[in-house]
Amino acid sequence: MVGLNTEGQLDTVQMMVNMGPQHPSTHGVFRMVLWVDGERIVDLEPHIGYLHRGSEKLCEGELYAQIVTLFDRLDYISNLNNEMVFCRAVEKLMGLDVPERAEYIRVILCELNRVASHLLFSGTFGIDAGAMTPIMYAFRDREKIQTMFEAVTGARMMHNYIRIGGVKSDVPDDFPQRMGALLRELKQGIDETDRLLSFSEIFLARTKGIGVIDAETAIAYGMSGPSLRACGVPMDVRKDEPYSVYDRFDFGIPIGEKGDSWDRYYVRVEEMRQSIRIIEQALEQMPDGITITPSRLVLRPPQGEVYVRGENPRGELGVYLVSNGADKPYRVKVRPPSFCNLMAIKELLKGTYIADAVVILGSLDIVLGEVDR
Amino acid sequence: MELNIGTGNMEPRSMLNRAAPGVITAKSEQLIAMARKSSLWPMTFGLACCAIEMMSTYMAHHDLDRFGIVTWPSPRQSDVMIVAGTVVKKMAEPIKILYEQMPEPKWVIAMGSCATNGGPYYRSYSVVMGVDHIIPVDVYVPGCPPRPEALIDGILKLQEKIMNDARERGRKA
Amino acid sequence: MTLESVAERHRREEVPQAFSALDDKGRSLELLLPGILTEFKPEIVATVNLVAATVNAQDIVAVCRVAKEDPHLSFDYLMCLCVVDYVEHLQIVYHLYSTTFKHMMVLKANVSLDEPSLPSVMPLWVGADWYEREGHDLFGVVFEGHPNMDPLLLYEGFEGYPGRRDYEMPEYKEW
Repeated sequence: MVGLNTEGQLDTVQMMVNMGPQHPSTHGVFRMVLWVDGERIVDLEPHIGYLHRGSEKLCEGELYAQIVTLFDRLDYISNLNNEMVFCRAVEKLMGLDVPERAEYIRVILCELNRVASHLLFSGTFGIDAGAMTPIMYAFRDREKIQTMFEAVTGARMMHNYIRIGGVKSDVPDDFPQRMGALLRELKQGIDETDRLLSFSEIFLARTKGIGVIDAETAIAYGMSGPSLRACGVPMDVRKDEPYSVYDRFDFGIPIGEKGDSWDRYYVRVEEMRQSIRIIEQALEQMPDGITITPSRLVLRPPQGEVYVRGENPRGELGVYLVSNGADKPYRVKVRPPSFCNLMAIKELLKGTYIADAVVILGSLDIVLGEVDR
Repeated sequence: MELNIGTGNMEPRSMLNRAAPGVITAKSEQLIAMARKSSLWPMTFGLACCAIEMMSTYMAHHDLDRFGIVTWPSPRQSDVMIVAGTVVKKMAEPIKILYEQMPEPKWVIAMGSCATNGGPYYRSYSVVMGVDHIIPVDVYVPGCPPRPEALIDGILKLQEKIMNDARERGRKA
Repeated sequence: MTLESVAERHRREEVPQAFSALDDKGRSLELLLPGILTEFKPEIVATVNLVAATVNAQDIVAVCRVAKEDPHLSFDYLMCLCVVDYVEHLQIVYHLYSTTFKHMMVLKANVSLDEPSLPSVMPLWVGADWYEREGHDLFGVVFEGHPNMDPLLLYEGFEGYPGRRDYEMPEYKEW
């Protein structure tokens, strides 16, 4: 029987709801146990580990050249960026130089992968907010990028192209012309998705002011990447500690103001435009030359340890590599960006509606492959 | 004029053929199987990397909607479970529960080499070597990840299997 | 010449050490750290690109507090917390980063295999939460003062600590 309690409000009971590992909006196998009062979340408990494949332990049993394929599958949307961080770690440990042409090819492909990853994000974020059309446009452009990857690396997704010492093989002969045409189409595609979604009134009502996080809390949790830049902190590895040839390009870093979901979304849209700027400059500056430094097939790096950071589309990927001189590493530790971004979920989701919880989780842009490794 | 060829299940020169020459007959199981194969509704069950190629297959370029395939979030109203990605021991229990929640008739497609036999994680301590240790599988689609065209091929083979099962065994056994 | 004989020959020869090449920020940190952390008697070593300081496991919270609050260091960002198994002991490695000075350092603490426990750094950085749970899950390290040490990555009832070196690399088995 429904009655009024002593404060004159409706007497309610908290309900425990499971947003299980299979759910259309959890972006993978992520489980949250929510305690809800009506439609508001009072408390929650995240559970991860439904995709823990033991990659770090497997790395201890494989040769260095074989580990690149394992890194491909960590953050399975930005494969080339993962490969690049690992190859840079081994090259730093060994003191190996990478030829210039290979550096430029690496940067072009990594930035193209960043555009593909942000396109997928904008599509799926639209679905989380209820918009069914932008994902079709986003995937249309993603297909063009994946066809380009197939022409250069041989595979649509798990490329295994960036190797220790350079890249696997040279780009096709008509690469500059094809890339020029692709970039023109991508610019149009990004503008179309922007016109469709970014300033639509319904989308603004669903994302503005939702899931606000301030800069100090974000830094305390160790967030990185666009989720941190949306809070106003200008932290980007490509500018703070330029690696590869990033110091030769002129590009900007979009910074948000309020740290809400719309800021996290729009920072990524602007990042796509900046990535296209980087690719255009790299295509002009690319020199001729060899594409890989010849080295042994079974590498034995010297004894030591190294920590290397790279700017992935989701944040900062860190690789801590410990070697004892053998042909297999002693310990490989991956510091995944989504792991740290996801730690803030408990604070972000308390007191919100369930529908807003879906939008906030989508705006953090997590990939469970790297959260669980 | 007498028709010398049979139509459907009818023999030539049968009474029904002479009375109604343009009519085709078939067993009801075959008709039902044709209806089922033309409108398979998979449950959204992307686990890992293969889920991204599965999403690409649903989208506009390699359209799966033209085969009648509409992705559906609830297991209670879906026909097919496309297990796309690595099956981890912690996830084995939820997969079993989801399979049991699906009503008959149901089919399972194991997409990718992780769902087929463990894939690149064959030496891991926490990976199930193939989803067929937990649930019965009808079609295996190899690849890491399989191309969208390969997944479409797998779905077409499942459609052939549905028709064959209806023809040979009457109902889905 | 098989792979085994090459490995054996390599084991007999001396293992080369990696060449350490610190940049300017690393070198200035290498000069600053011994002065600021004198009371904890750290061992300061330069790895390939970072400065590493090894301290006692029980002092770790005090060292981290100095590292966070000292105006010349101001390490307000915990980059990574990792556990490495060197067969006689376990080593917990903290990578710290400063958003103001943009420099990075490594802190290390050793614990024994019989009693692998040390205080948790969650009071300083909230972001150490899941790292410590993962270290407990995969290596068996107990972080004192952590509010919730439930298994994070492994299923309930998993036996053994898979991160450790003595947990054998499993060969292919069906189930």
